[in-house]
Amino acid sequence: MAQVAVPEAFPAAPARPATRRGSGTGDAVFATLCRAAAALVLLLLGAIIIELFLGGLPAFKAFGAAFLTSTEWDPVQDLYGAGVPIYGTILTAILALLMAVPLAFGIAFFLTELAPDWMRGPVGTAIELLAAVPSIIFGMWGFFVIVPVMASTIQPAIIDTVGELPLIGDLFQGPPFGTGLFTAALILAIMVLPFIAATMRDVFLQVPGVFKESAYGLGATRWEVMRRVVLPYTRISVVGGIMLGLGRALGETMAVTFVIGNANRITASVFGPGNTIASIVALEFGESAAGSLKLSSLLALGFLLFVISFAVLALSRWLLRSRLKG
Amino acid sequence: MSATTASAAPRSSIPGRAKDQRASVALGRRRARVDAIIRILCTVATGLGLLFLVSILATLVVKGAGGISLSVFTEVTRPPGSHGGLLNPIIGSLIQVTLATLIGTPIGLLVGTYLAEYAGNSRFGHVVRFVSDVLLSAPSILIGLFVYQLLVLPFGGFSGWAGVVALAIIVIPVVVRTTEDMLRLIPNTLREAVIGLGAPKWKMIVLVCWRAAISGIITGVLLAVARVAGETAPLLFTSLGNLNWSLSLSQPMSSLPITIYSYAGSPYEDWITLAWAGALIITLGVLGLNIVARAVLRARR
Amino acid sequence: MNQNLGTDTAAPAAATQAPATAQPPSGTFGGMAARSSALMNKARIAIRDLDFYYGTNKALKSISLDLPDRQVTGMIGPSGCGKSTLLRVLNRMYSLYPGQRAEGQVMLDGQNIVDPDMDLNALRAKVGMVFQKPTPFPMTIHENIAFGIRLHEKLSRAEIEERVEWALTRAALWPEVKDRLHSSAMGLSGGQQQRLCIARTIAVRPDVILFDEPTSALDPISTLKIEELIDELKQDFTIAIVTHNMQQAARCADQVAFFYLGELVEVAPAADLFTAPRQKRTQEYITGRFG
Repeated sequence: MAQVAVPEAFPAAPARPATRRGSGTGDAVFATLCRAAAALVLLLLGAIIIELFLGGLPAFKAFGAAFLTSTEWDPVQDLYGAGVPIYGTILTAILALLMAVPLAFGIAFFLTELAPDWMRGPVGTAIELLAAVPSIIFGMWGFFVIVPVMASTIQPAIIDTVGELPLIGDLFQGPPFGTGLFTAALILAIMVLPFIAATMRDVFLQVPGVFKESAYGLGATRWEVMRRVVLPYTRISVVGGIMLGLGRALGETMAVTFVIGNANRITASVFGPGNTIASIVALEFGESAAGSLKLSSLLALGFLLFVISFAVLALSRWLLRSRLKG
Repeated sequence: MSATTASAAPRSSIPGRAKDQRASVALGRRRARVDAIIRILCTVATGLGLLFLVSILATLVVKGAGGISLSVFTEVTRPPGSHGGLLNPIIGSLIQVTLATLIGTPIGLLVGTYLAEYAGNSRFGHVVRFVSDVLLSAPSILIGLFVYQLLVLPFGGFSGWAGVVALAIIVIPVVVRTTEDMLRLIPNTLREAVIGLGAPKWKMIVLVCWRAAISGIITGVLLAVARVAGETAPLLFTSLGNLNWSLSLSQPMSSLPITIYSYAGSPYEDWITLAWAGALIITLGVLGLNIVARAVLRARR
Repeated sequence: MNQNLGTDTAAPAAATQAPATAQPPSGTFGGMAARSSALMNKARIAIRDLDFYYGTNKALKSISLDLPDRQVTGMIGPSGCGKSTLLRVLNRMYSLYPGQRAEGQVMLDGQNIVDPDMDLNALRAKVGMVFQKPTPFPMTIHENIAFGIRLHEKLSRAEIEERVEWALTRAALWPEVKDRLHSSAMGLSGGQQQRLCIARTIAVRPDVILFDEPTSALDPISTLKIEELIDELKQDFTIAIVTHNMQQAARCADQVAFFYLGELVEVAPAADLFTAPRQKRTQEYITGRFG
C-alpha cells in the first residue's frame, strides 16, 4: 500500500513544466557560453593576423614587394628587408628536418617494433620529456655544450673531409666558429625530434596487427614489414608529423637566438653565421623604438612567419586528419 | 577421400624454375643482414635521443646545482657581484603563470566542451578545432608580438598583465585539446543515462561528463602550466622583465625565463651561475609537472 | 619441364616422411592415430606434446597431431579453446609477441619449428597463412603478389609476371583482375581481397597453408568460392583450417580435430568425427549443446 502511495504523494505534474523551462534557459546559457568561447578562438586567430599585418603595414608600404627579397638590414639608413631571415629560417628548418626525420623514424621503429615490452613505456616517456624541455634550456645547452664541441671537433672534421669535395664542398667551408646556421639546425633538429618521433610512433601503432602479421606470415623481416606495409599505410600521417616538426622548427626562437651567430648576411657555407625571422625579432626588438620603421619591419617579419608557419601547420593538420578522426 | 592418389600427384602446376633452395637461403641471409643493420641503426637513434636528454639534464645539474642555495630563493636580483638571488623572477613567474592558467583554463574548457558536446559535424566546429590545433603549435614569439600590438603599444607600456594575456593565449589550445579528447572517451551510454533521468544537457556536462573526464582535464592543465612556465619569447615583448622588486601587474614584471635569458648572455660569472641555477629549477619544475600529468592520467586508466 | 618440376618438387615431400616416421614418441598418439592412419597421408607436420603459454597461462596442453601431406585438417571448437593458437605456433607468429612461448615438438622437414634457433623467415616461406579478415597491402594487386615472391627468390621480371598470373589463376581471381593488375588492391571486394591474400600466400610456394577462419568476414557466395578453392589447393599444399562453422569443416576437411579448453579432445577423418564421435564432449559440441 505504501509503495503505491509514494508516487501519488508527489505533485509531479505541475512541477515538471517549471523545471523544463528552467533547464531550458540553463541549457541556452551554457551552450551560448561554449559557443562564445569557441568563437573567441577564431577571433584570436583573426586578430593575430590583422594586428601583425597592420603593424607591418608601414614596412610593406615603404619597401613594397622588394621587402621579401632584400638582404638589407641597415638601421642607420633605415632600410630593411626580409631576405636574409627568410633564407635562414627556411634553411635551418630544412636542415633540421634532414637530421631529425631519420632519427625520429629510427626511434619510432624502435619503440613500436624492436624494443622489449618493458622498455617501450619508459623510453617513450623519456623521448616525450625531451619535447617538454623549455626552448631557452636548449639554447643554453646548445651555447655552452654543443657550440664548443662543434668548434673544436665536429666542424673542423667536416671542413677537412666533406669540405674538400667538389660541388658540395663550398657548403662546408669557413672558420669553425661553433655557432652558425648548421649548429642552429642541429639544435632545432633535437627540439623537433620528439614531436616527429611521437607522431610516427602513434600512427605506426594504428596499423592493424593483422596486416603486419600477414606480411610476417609471408616471411618478411621487421624492416621489410615496416618499409613495405607500415610506411605505405601511414605515409600521409607520417608526412603530417614531419610537417608538424617543420612548423615548430620555423618559429623556434630562444634556442636559435643563442647559437645562430646573428649576422644579417647570406653566406655560402652552412657554418657561417646567419639569422632567422624569430631570432632577428627577438634580438632587434629591444632596440626598436615604438612607431619606428624598424619595429614595423619586425612586425612585418612576424606576419610573414605567421603566414609560413600557418600554411605548414594547416597542411600538417590536414594530412593528419584521418589519424585524428580514427 | 582419395588420399593415396592425391599424395602421388606431382606438384606439376607451379611454373618457373624450381625453388632454388641455396639461392633462397643466400637471399634470406642478405635480408636478415639488412634487417639487423637497420635494427642496430634504429637502436642507436633511440640511444642518441636519450643521450640528448641525459646530456641536457647532466649539464643542468653540473652547472646549476652548485649555484642553488637558500639565497637564490630569498634574495632579489641584484647587480653583478652583490650576491643577488632569483626571488622576484620566481615570484613573477608564479604570478603570471597562475593568472594565465586561471584565465586560459575556463576558456579552453568551454571550447573543448563545445567541440565534444555541441559541435557535432558542423562546419564551425571543424574550423574551431582546426584553428585551435594550429594555435597549439604556432610560434609563441608571434603571440608575444600580437599582445604587444594589442595591449602594450596602446596602453602605455610593458606590463605583467600583457605577459599574463600572452601566456593565457598559449594555455587555451592545450586545454582545448585534452578536454575534447577526454570528453570523447566518455561512452554515449553514460550521457544517455543522465539525460534519461531527466537532467538538462548542461547539468549532464557539468556534473557528469566533466567529472568523468576530470583527471584528463587536470592533465591538460598541468601540461599547459608546464608549457607556459618555460616560455620566454612571448614575455620579451609583454612583461619585459624587471630587475627590481615589483608585484604590480601594471608594471613590467620579472620572470624566470627572461632573467635566465639575460643572465646567461651576460659576461658576469655570478649571473651565469644564477642563470644555470634558474635553468635547473625551471627544467625540474617543467619535467616534474609533465611526469605528474602522466601519472594522473595513468591512475585513471 | 613439367617432368623436371615433378621430380624435383616431389623430393621434399618424400623427405618429410622421414621425420614423421622417425619420431620416437609417435606411439603416444594411440588409438586415435590408428583410426585415422588408414585414410590419411603421411604427416607433413608432426606435432608432439606441444604446450603453449601466454605468460603463465597455459593455452595448449600437450597437443599431439599430424597434419597429413596434401590434405585438409579442419580445427573446430568453441572460441578461446586454442585452435587459432595452434595455428599461430605452426608459423611461429607468436614469436612476435613477448611472453608467448611454446614447448614440445613440431616437426617439419626434420626441424623442430618451435626451436629458438629456427630461421623464422624461411619457416614462414614454407608455412603460409591466410587471416580472418582480408589483409591487402596498400599497393597494387600485382605488387601484393610480387611482394612475397621477391622476399625469397630472385626472379626476372618475366618470371615474376608468370608467377603472379599462376598464383592469381590458382586463387580463381585471374579472370576478375587481369585487366587491372596495376590498380590498388584496396578497390577489390571483400571476397576478392581474401582470394588475393590466398594468391599472395601460394605465390611464395609454401608447403603448408594455414587458414584462420578465412570466411568469417565474407558473404555466403564468397565463402563458397573460398571453400572450392581450398579443395582445389590441397592437390599441392598441406592445409590446416580453423573454422567456427561445422558445415564448413565437414565440407572442406579430410580430417577434423576438436579442441576444447586447450586440449585436443579428438581427431578423426571428417566423416567419422561428425557421424560417430568417440568422445562425449565432441558429441555435445557438434550437436550444438555448447560452444
